[in-house]
Amino acid sequence: MSGLSYAYYPGCSGLGTSSEYDSSTRAVCKALFMELSDVPDWSCCGSSPAHAVDHALSAALSARNLARVRAMDRDDVLTPCPSCLTNLRTADHRMRDEAFAARANSLLDAPYKGGVRARSVLQAIVEDVGMEMVRASVVRPLKGMKVAAYYGCIMNRPPELMAFDDPEHPMAMDLLMEAAGATVLPFPLKVECCGASFGVPRPDVTARLSARLLLTAREIGAEAIVTACPLCQMNLDLRQNQAARFAGTAFEIPVFYFTQLLGLALGAPEGSLGLDKLCVSPARVLEAPAAGETNLTQGSRS
Amino acid sequence: MDVLDLSASYDADFVARVQAESGQNTALCYQCGNCTAGCPYTFAYDIPVSRIMRLVQAGQRRAVLSCRSIWLCATCESCTTRCPNDIDVARIMDVLRHMARREGFATERNVKVFWDSFLDSVRRHGRVFEAGLLARYVFLTGRFWTDADLAPRILPKNKLGLKPHAIKGQAEMAKIFQRFAEQEGRS
Ligand code: SF4
Ligand code: SF4
Repeated sequence: MSGLSYAYYPGCSGLGTSSEYDSSTRAVCKALFMELSDVPDWSCCGSSPAHAVDHALSAALSARNLARVRAMDRDDVLTPCPSCLTNLRTADHRMRDEAFAARANSLLDAPYKGGVRARSVLQAIVEDVGMEMVRASVVRPLKGMKVAAYYGCIMNRPPELMAFDDPEHPMAMDLLMEAAGATVLPFPLKVECCGASFGVPRPDVTARLSARLLLTAREIGAEAIVTACPLCQMNLDLRQNQAARFAGTAFEIPVFYFTQLLGLALGAPEGSLGLDKLCVSPARVLEAPAAGETNLTQGSRS
Repeated sequence: MDVLDLSASYDADFVARVQAESGQNTALCYQCGNCTAGCPYTFAYDIPVSRIMRLVQAGQRRAVLSCRSIWLCATCESCTTRCPNDIDVARIMDVLRHMARREGFATERNVKVFWDSFLDSVRRHGRVFEAGLLARYVFLTGRFWTDADLAPRILPKNKLGLKPHAIKGQAEMAKIFQRFAEQEGRS
């Protein structure tokens, strides 16, 4: 297996609150022989605040990056973050309309001329590497670990735009985690919203939505939740105590990025997986002395 | 909820603008309620999303632009995905908050301040500087950080950088926002 090479757009949270997603994504890609080249001097895609203010502004912020991908002589870019992904895809899609492109480009120093397809790292693993190859590359199966795969609301929706997996019952992460040896439980709230970016301005709203996800995960017997979105992960992990307070209960549910668990299964160096960055310690689930130490998965489960 | 006299306040220009800016035909909505049924934020909305669609059809500019719901919509795309008439409802919600902002409505002020602080961070640094964004939000809302209980959870993780990541294209980024402000001022 060789020759997989991509432009990579890390997204701002990868520099901060989701640094473990960025580092584990890079580790997984390395293990699967996917070469990533960062988009030079990439900038913020504008995330939800930009599209909530104006669509041309939002498109311009994304298009600056798409134009930089073009300048790398590429027509494909990968990002781990669903919010970045939506913005990059939406900008490319809407700018196929000439009048709209003119408006967005009028905000930019250099125009974006179209022709870049953004995909998630998850999609590239499924489509370009393939499940067979992933399964064959697993060296430390996550035996017996019971997980719920949670996709969040925008990874696959709306389907006309995202064009990957099923919009109501996505399976990509379920299949990957199974390939990694975990037991994936049927999670009915796979695409329900976690409270998105309202954690700061309306923590009451986010606590309520996240609590529902955590309660349901516990109900179906999941020991851990697996995510693909920095915002979902932050709401469920960092804010888990707020959700617990809302629900009048206590939670102790580790919330992984799928790349962290896949990385473990693929034998990626543990230092690159950032397991010690999770707020809710995964040690119990991984049956190890403490997260961040070596031999996290060496103990066999009974 | 107030009872509205729908015939008295029909604003045809408002309907036309929503349609033009969203590229959607709002007349296609037949009030099936699918969008509201699937909207995770209905519990927090003052007007459910399907009713907003009805009020747009009825040209109720003021009622729509002054509601809280348009600030609480997370663009989760559930409504857009499930609308039987293929209306991009989430895009309409976006367009409504664009209009509300331009016309000076901000019924969920903290949400607006948070978004503004976010974009301000992008304008200054080119990438979002999370710690700076939070500091600005706290400063502007005049509220002590309501998330203070999170500090002991996140600080030991060494994830919140205390310095912004400067990019080379900082000036270029600032210009995007400057041109946008100029265009907004002219329109
Ligand atoms: S789902 Fe579509 S048709 Fe049904 S109420 Fe909502 S917008 Fe109208
Ligand atoms: S996009 Fe907004 S209005 Fe539509 S379902 Fe999601 S939160 Fe509700």
